[in-house]
Amino acid sequence: MNQWDELQQAARSGRVSRREFMRRAAALGVATSLASGVLAKAGYAQTPVKGGTLRVGIAGGSTTDSLDITTYTDTVMINVSTSIWDGLVEVDDKNQIQPELLETLEPNADATEWVCNVRKGVTFSNGKTLDADDIVYSLNLHRGEGSKSGAAGPMKPIKDVVKMSGNQVKIVLEAPDADLPYVLSDYHVLVVPNGFTDWANPVGTGGYKLEAFEPGVRAVLSNRGGYWKEGRCNLDAVEFSVINDDAARMQALMAGEVDVSHRVVVSLIDQINAAGSYEIVQAAAGYHFNLPMLVDKAPYTNNDVRLALKYAINRQKVVELMFGKYARVGNDHPIPESDPFHNNELPQREYDPEKAAFHARKAGLGVSDVILSASDAAFNGAIDMSVLFQATAAAAGINVTVRREPGDGFWDNVWLKAPFMTSYWGGRPAATQMLATAYQSTAPWNDTHWNDAGFDKLLADAKATTDQAKRKTYIWEMQRMLHEEGGAIIPLFKDWLDVHDSKVKGHTPHGMFDLCNGRIAQKAWIEA
Amino acid sequence: MLKLLVQRLALGVATLLAVSVLIFWVTELLPGDLASNILGQSATPENIAAIRAELGLDRPAVERYTEWLGDAVQGDLGKSLANKRPVIDVIGPRLVNTLFLAIYAAVIAVPLSVLLGILAAIYRNSVFDKGVNIASLAAISMPEFFIGYFLILFMSVQLKWFPAIATIKPEQGFFQHLYVTFLPMLTLILVVIAHMMRMTRTSVLSVMSSPYVEMAVLKGIPKGRIVVHHALPNALAPIINVIAINLAYLIVGVVVVEAVFTFNGLGRLMVDAVAKRDIPVVQACGLIFAIVFIGLNLIADVLSILSNPRLRHPR
Repeated sequence: MNQWDELQQAARSGRVSRREFMRRAAALGVATSLASGVLAKAGYAQTPVKGGTLRVGIAGGSTTDSLDITTYTDTVMINVSTSIWDGLVEVDDKNQIQPELLETLEPNADATEWVCNVRKGVTFSNGKTLDADDIVYSLNLHRGEGSKSGAAGPMKPIKDVVKMSGNQVKIVLEAPDADLPYVLSDYHVLVVPNGFTDWANPVGTGGYKLEAFEPGVRAVLSNRGGYWKEGRCNLDAVEFSVINDDAARMQALMAGEVDVSHRVVVSLIDQINAAGSYEIVQAAAGYHFNLPMLVDKAPYTNNDVRLALKYAINRQKVVELMFGKYARVGNDHPIPESDPFHNNELPQREYDPEKAAFHARKAGLGVSDVILSASDAAFNGAIDMSVLFQATAAAAGINVTVRREPGDGFWDNVWLKAPFMTSYWGGRPAATQMLATAYQSTAPWNDTHWNDAGFDKLLADAKATTDQAKRKTYIWEMQRMLHEEGGAIIPLFKDWLDVHDSKVKGHTPHGMFDLCNGRIAQKAWIEA
Repeated sequence: MLKLLVQRLALGVATLLAVSVLIFWVTELLPGDLASNILGQSATPENIAAIRAELGLDRPAVERYTEWLGDAVQGDLGKSLANKRPVIDVIGPRLVNTLFLAIYAAVIAVPLSVLLGILAAIYRNSVFDKGVNIASLAAISMPEFFIGYFLILFMSVQLKWFPAIATIKPEQGFFQHLYVTFLPMLTLILVVIAHMMRMTRTSVLSVMSSPYVEMAVLKGIPKGRIVVHHALPNALAPIINVIAINLAYLIVGVVVVEAVFTFNGLGRLMVDAVAKRDIPVVQACGLIFAIVFIGLNLIADVLSILSNPRLRHPR
């Protein structure tokens, strides 16, 4: 493939911006008119067309799904909910905060109190006008004693939500957090009218209304017209069909029964490309696989053991064999390259059997010491990766026993309990959020039991300051600590892989989550 | 005769009761519970405890069993733990779908396999007999998902004759339902036909070797008439039993086919419910499956008694 072909391919899959594309096309000596033609075909800078029905073949649904926003855990409900409701803020595809139902969020000097202006002139589907009471009520759904919300953890630092006036609320925090807007972008945090409890009959400010909903089967939405966001919600109707089986989902696409799908099986990409009428949407993301070791359980209390295992995994090989071009090598810290605070000066940890053997000898690691609890419940391919790891570790003289755990009850019985296991983390929009969720000593989901006063201090400092240069120093230092001493082996970051029929536009890569960060119904439109 | 029927019925109820204990006990044994499975990795101890208390999972098992059984007998299967809908509402449409597909497949497969079996018996060792045997054995030897994907690949992705997704939607009419579910129906037929066909052939042939058939042959009765009028009635009992087993399979055992075709039947509902520990739904599905199995076997028993004079008039 020459550079021009490669660039066109990048434009089609949305990996380059319009400006970047034109600059590189000019550098390659391509005529401007030709380049614009390619862009138009790739769906850039086109005005969305109204109308049409989008059929989405989607995984991540279950008959146990409910419309109650506090219960969401997976893609189907996330995508359905953003059609009916709006959030407080939206994270855009550049990982920047964009206002949604909160127009502005102004912190005080130490970022402990945030004054937020509620967007005016937005109405719910029952005719009620949005006001501060709705915001307070909606935030409180995830707060307080005995909250069952999936967002109860992230919302915990919020001490109080106060109504200031009809269109203003104040959010008071336990401790400073300059990244509060990112915390508020959690997919559970959606705005319902004050006092709303009838989840079966949703009332929201979103662009669509629910026509039919069968949990784990399908959801049908129709446009309710006059959506407040410019250029969004262009479809007449959206039909989500739940297809959890990977092969069935891809076949439904190829048989022309759905227009958009996601979680593309890597081994089928060549076949999909060969068909010619589909486009893969690839997004580099913070979604990563990890092998957490509990640093307070022997033998992992010894950093030499942790280093030995970190050097004993062949990341390149794992990525190459299991995911081809669709994953990126990790460096034992959870901040992806796409994050502005990614520490790019840390040397990439390579597979080094000699160093691994050296550290293992130094720690006096025995043959039966390392037991890796693995299950495909952690991520698809966890067992394969564990076996690959076992082989490369054996070459360094380290014996890793792979123990297959049942997928049923995995998160209940193994996670946070087994000293060494396979796991994953979905990306978080802000680096501080990722570090606080998984590595702060007090975090309930600290899956390496990482407990370092210096680290906690750096994290608190990074959250407390709005000075970007200082934040960078702190966040870089935390990445270095995790890279050198942390309990997690982070071999790779996995790209999101969506696919659509070429007639679908506006379905562009988003690093947070697949299907436009769960806003496919808002963003996608169909070429007439 | 009546005594025999009552006996069978009582046995069936007793079996059902034993199965209900088993279902309840096994669902208790599942590791983890709904609270942690609903929330998956994002569960904290606090919200697990909150959900568990709300659902009453902290009460003793015996108390919950008697309460559940009492309600179930009165037709109240409880509420789904996950989305609070009555279990009847959750299961109802799925049961209708499952029965629709099972009846669709059975209506074609049962007569077809009995007919093929009889023909194979009449033309024993002919090219037809061997051909039917090889074809049906080949179909049963391939796993269901393989047949399913194979049919999808040719009939929907390449030829575009039938849809790859067999999702039944309420707004579609009856004939559209038949069209949409054609491929899963075909898959099921290919899976069940061999069993019934071969049993029909074998039992007809075994009767054919008995002295009274020999007598009929000597009398010069045409072969077809011998098979249908003289051999078949005496060969019916095993055939009925095999048909019952296959009908039960069509209702309770098709979860793989459901997954391949994204058909929303009871099987996938139960798998979903097990994965999420939505216990009332699991128990209700288990109960329905047990009723189907026991009921069909009961009917088969009664029918084979009726078809056999020796069992009808025991000495």
